Amino acid sequence: MDSAAGIGLEHYLTVGAILFVTGIFGIFLNRKNIIIILMSIELMLLAVNINFVAFSAHLGDLAGQIFTLFVLTVAAAEAAIGLAILVCFFRNRGSIAVEDVNMMKG
Amino acid sequence: MLSQDVTVILPEIMLAIWAMIALMAGAYGPGDKLASALTWATAGVLAVLGLISGFGVGEATAFNGGFVSDGFSRFAKVVVLFGAAIMLILSDGYMRRHDLAKFEYPVLIALATLGMMVMVSAGDLMVLYMGLELQSLALYVIAAFRRDSLRSTEAGLKYFVLGALSSGLLLYGASLVYGYSGSTKFSAIAEVAADGGSLGMLFGLAFLCAGLAFKISAAPFHMWTPDVYEGAPTPVTGFFATAPKAAAAALFARVLYDGFGGAVADWQQILAFLAVASMFLGSIAAIGQTNLKRLMAYSSIAHMGFALVGLAAGTEEGARSLLIYLAIYVSMNIGVFAFILTMERDGKPVTEISDLAGLSKARPGQALAMAALFFSLAGIPPLVGFFGKWFVFMAAVEAGLTPLAAAGAVASVIGAFYYLRVIKIMYFDEAGQGLTGSMPLVHGLALGVSALIMGVGWLPVVNLFGVPVLAEAAAASLFH
Repeated sequence: MDSAAGIGLEHYLTVGAILFVTGIFGIFLNRKNIIIILMSIELMLLAVNINFVAFSAHLGDLAGQIFTLFVLTVAAAEAAIGLAILVCFFRNRGSIAVEDVNMMKG
Repeated sequence: MLSQDVTVILPEIMLAIWAMIALMAGAYGPGDKLASALTWATAGVLAVLGLISGFGVGEATAFNGGFVSDGFSRFAKVVVLFGAAIMLILSDGYMRRHDLAKFEYPVLIALATLGMMVMVSAGDLMVLYMGLELQSLALYVIAAFRRDSLRSTEAGLKYFVLGALSSGLLLYGASLVYGYSGSTKFSAIAEVAADGGSLGMLFGLAFLCAGLAFKISAAPFHMWTPDVYEGAPTPVTGFFATAPKAAAAALFARVLYDGFGGAVADWQQILAFLAVASMFLGSIAAIGQTNLKRLMAYSSIAHMGFALVGLAAGTEEGARSLLIYLAIYVSMNIGVFAFILTMERDGKPVTEISDLAGLSKARPGQALAMAALFFSLAGIPPLVGFFGKWFVFMAAVEAGLTPLAAAGAVASVIGAFYYLRVIKIMYFDEAGQGLTGSMPLVHGLALGVSALIMGVGWLPVVNLFGVPVLAEAAAASLFH
């Protein structure tokens, strides 16, 4: 599926991989704010979507794009639940800093 | 064809409709006054569906192979549905006494259980993902069910962040597997994998395994487990320790055996590593714990490690031993949590191990039942827990993984120490403040029956209640 500009499957996969790794590092290296963790989670899911759509176009198979629609829907539900839990946590703790999530040590 | 598809997933549709009815009844009816009634009714629905699954026969697929109803999925569904139903009934008294009687609880449990039923029947990566998310999203909410408690909301938050991360890993793996095999169906993936696959497939498989290991809390992906077990309300912890663990482990087996059954060598090493890490971490880290719920968290990490030993074998014998192990694990945990749910002093729930001191004098019957359950969890013969470990180790030895089985035996000896310490505290320590209140009939029944099963199951007449025979038939449906 190379276009005239020479952009092929591997370019899309590279972008997907970079975004995915950015998302993972956003979760583990971020020491500030839980909202940033929620953003990183979204970034991971969207990186996966790029992968799915690229593979789908490359294979000429629609299943990947259908999977993407499911992932988008679930990501929305996941963000809603995550924010709801975060609001409850904020009411009890008065803070959403990552370092304040420390009642229990595991 | 559609009507045929609907017949195959009728139990799932019935549970989905029941969850909607319960939600509407709570939202537009008398609300939280219905909580107790809905709890019992939902437990009834789950038990009926469990019976329907238990008596089902044959093998059917629906939606172009996306959903599979076979012996394996039915065995897992029976374990999941009865585990969920019993934990729901046991939670009712606790929820009413401790100001948590909300109608959302049974609705969320019903939805989570629906997700688990879809998971164990998945025949396609899409169905796998949707089932897993339906289960996980409901579980995130019930972990934070005590909204005004910092510990509970913190548990929910930690579970959510790490659960979402694991879903991301799993999805990334799914996208690679899809791209390099050309299909999301397990049967088509299996054909490509059997031909040797490619590096991309291998990467995808590793990511899938990491995501699923999070869900069954296998080390090194176990970080959330102790905190979530400790912080969540006790009925929720009890639920986490039973049905979702069994469902996720069965899903793990389905992905590996159905999707990558022809490439055992690709995943055997990953599984063996996860198993050894979980068994040792669970057994060693539990030694220093003072909180009973936290202890049970490490115990569940270790037990999932033992279950993975069976999975790592990659044979029919391995699948069978996994199913036997899950059934035994769930029945032991039901008994233990039936007791933990009734631990209170002056109307407040307590969960420290030291609160058990002197239990043998104050409540000799309950102490005896708990001792039987803890001996069984430790895997001391001739109790039933020993046979769970026996089957998984035998499967590993027959598959040529003798070092793995030997490591498991060492880990279970280390693990026996902390179970025996709890028994020692119950029987030989000076009584402290002790426990007040009495044990309701249902909890006594669950504790007694669970302990009795562990105590007599090994007798040749009982023969583990025929579970090994049923599990053999169930495992056979994965290999044909």
